[in-house]
Amino acid sequence: MSILLIVPVAGPLLAAAVLLALPDRLVLRRVVALLATAAVIAVGVVLLVATSDGEVPVFRVGDWPPVVAITLAADPLSALLVTVSAMVVLACLVAAVGTGDDRRQAFLPLTMVLSAGAYGAYLTTDLFNLFVLVEVMLVPSYVLLALSGGPGRAGAGRVYITTSLLGSTILLAGVGLLYGVTGTVGLAELAGVAREVPAAAVAGGVVLLAFALKGALVPLHDWLPRAYPVASPVVVALFSGLLTKVGLYAIIRIYAVLYGGDSAYHPLLVAVALASMVIGVLGAIGVGSMRKVLSFHMVSQIGYVLLGLALFTAASLAAAIFYLAQYVLVKAALFLCAAAVRSTRGTDRLSRLGGLASSSPLLALAFGVAALSLAGLPPFGGFLAKFLVLRAANETGDWLVLTVAVLVSLVTLLSMLKIWGVAFWGEAPRAAREGTARPGLALLGPPLALGGCALLLGPLGGPLLQVADAAAAGLLEPAGYVRAVSGR
Amino acid sequence: MSGPLIVGVLVAAGVFLLLRPGQLRLVLGFVLLGHAVNVLLLAAGGLHRREPPVDGGGAESADPLPQAFILTAIVITFGITVYLLRLLRRASRRGSRPPETWDGGPR
Repeated sequence: MSILLIVPVAGPLLAAAVLLALPDRLVLRRVVALLATAAVIAVGVVLLVATSDGEVPVFRVGDWPPVVAITLAADPLSALLVTVSAMVVLACLVAAVGTGDDRRQAFLPLTMVLSAGAYGAYLTTDLFNLFVLVEVMLVPSYVLLALSGGPGRAGAGRVYITTSLLGSTILLAGVGLLYGVTGTVGLAELAGVAREVPAAAVAGGVVLLAFALKGALVPLHDWLPRAYPVASPVVVALFSGLLTKVGLYAIIRIYAVLYGGDSAYHPLLVAVALASMVIGVLGAIGVGSMRKVLSFHMVSQIGYVLLGLALFTAASLAAAIFYLAQYVLVKAALFLCAAAVRSTRGTDRLSRLGGLASSSPLLALAFGVAALSLAGLPPFGGFLAKFLVLRAANETGDWLVLTVAVLVSLVTLLSMLKIWGVAFWGEAPRAAREGTARPGLALLGPPLALGGCALLLGPLGGPLLQVADAAAAGLLEPAGYVRAVSGR
Repeated sequence: MSGPLIVGVLVAAGVFLLLRPGQLRLVLGFVLLGHAVNVLLLAAGGLHRREPPVDGGGAESADPLPQAFILTAIVITFGITVYLLRLLRRASRRGSRPPETWDGGPR
């Protein structure tokens, strides 16, 4: 059972090696990448079922004793994120067939390595291995951004690499400081340490700062809307599903385990969450391409998840995890719609788009469902997620938080309507009217499937909510996780 | 006390280089920052923390874990530095000289 934990890390890495050995067999390469990702989804579902009753499967590579082993462990949160990320990767791989991104030799192997790093980061139980796996994930992303980018990619690539490198340096320094204070980097040994040792709280704060930079929280968000929109939409969908979410996951995990959800930090976290929500959504108003609008919304939506973490009650944590899972799917659906638009019309600038609703109604359907879910309208999954976060906030009786959260989701709806009104309903520009290209199945399928998930999560969100509840219980009371990982 | 001093000087020099215009200085700044973090990791180890896992060891043996951390970190930093230099070279080959600002936008 626990041997399965190695599959999400080793599987895609092996697939990457196989892909490098098959330079010219495009169809075979696609099959290998899809199979590896499908296997990870299967393992993720098995882990979800296995962890649902509070059991924590642990795998120690090479069967070394707990102190020196590289340990992988899955709790409901890790299992859920592995599954959801793998679904996004699968959707991106299919969409890349449609856009032709995967005709570049490097695309598929890099995607595999990137995803292996992300899955590993969700499963590792050790801060230093977390650093290494985050690097495994980031290094391919540098190349993917530079390879797939349009004009301005050199500049955006440099901004992205510089920011990531600075974040990684800060992260490593934080891990070093934490080791200096406590003599360990294992999450299990570090449980609750930041509540007891002030120096460990400072060191943990350095680690959290690094992940706040990687997760693009305000005021460390400026790199994201500058770097992401330059890459091809499929690559941005991949990044949005994996990269910033790993930062967010690390913040959730470290705050829950090291700090035990210490309420002294709640005002700071709430302030960062609200600032992210407001600044992200306001930034989206002033920009003119689908990718840029969606990138700013990434900053804004991350705020909702952080808000759930900041309140740190069972209900708010479950809401945050539910929100995170549905948002990853919805955001990928929106970016893949942008990919379909760009590959049929040659651009995703709103000023050069129009009439998409009549030329490709299925694409309009996919975008509409995902956009309404992002804005949080019933009966979509996004509504349930926002409702849960707001209900948890209501229990604390903080009216400012409630007001801001509702207003931000209204502005989100406005900016989705802007894209809809211009690109889908607006008059098609003369140049576009002549081209009658319609997006093919490979382009339409992934956003439709992900949008379908968003729709189903509304009325049928029960199972995901159960997983989120189990994950929240594990975060509130990490004793079971700690016991399983430390082997005592 | 030499550890904190070395870290401090390296960080100061690294940050100074990062804030200067010019892309090569930025790469060198990151190299210095990487060194600073490596020294910090080494200083985090100490002598009395753990027994050697295999041999039993002598009375005092250095903590092997930070050294393993540093080795890993050096490999990662080296790889990224090489990639940064490659980007720099491509930018300088495209135009007659690299753009003035790091993100290619107006100053």
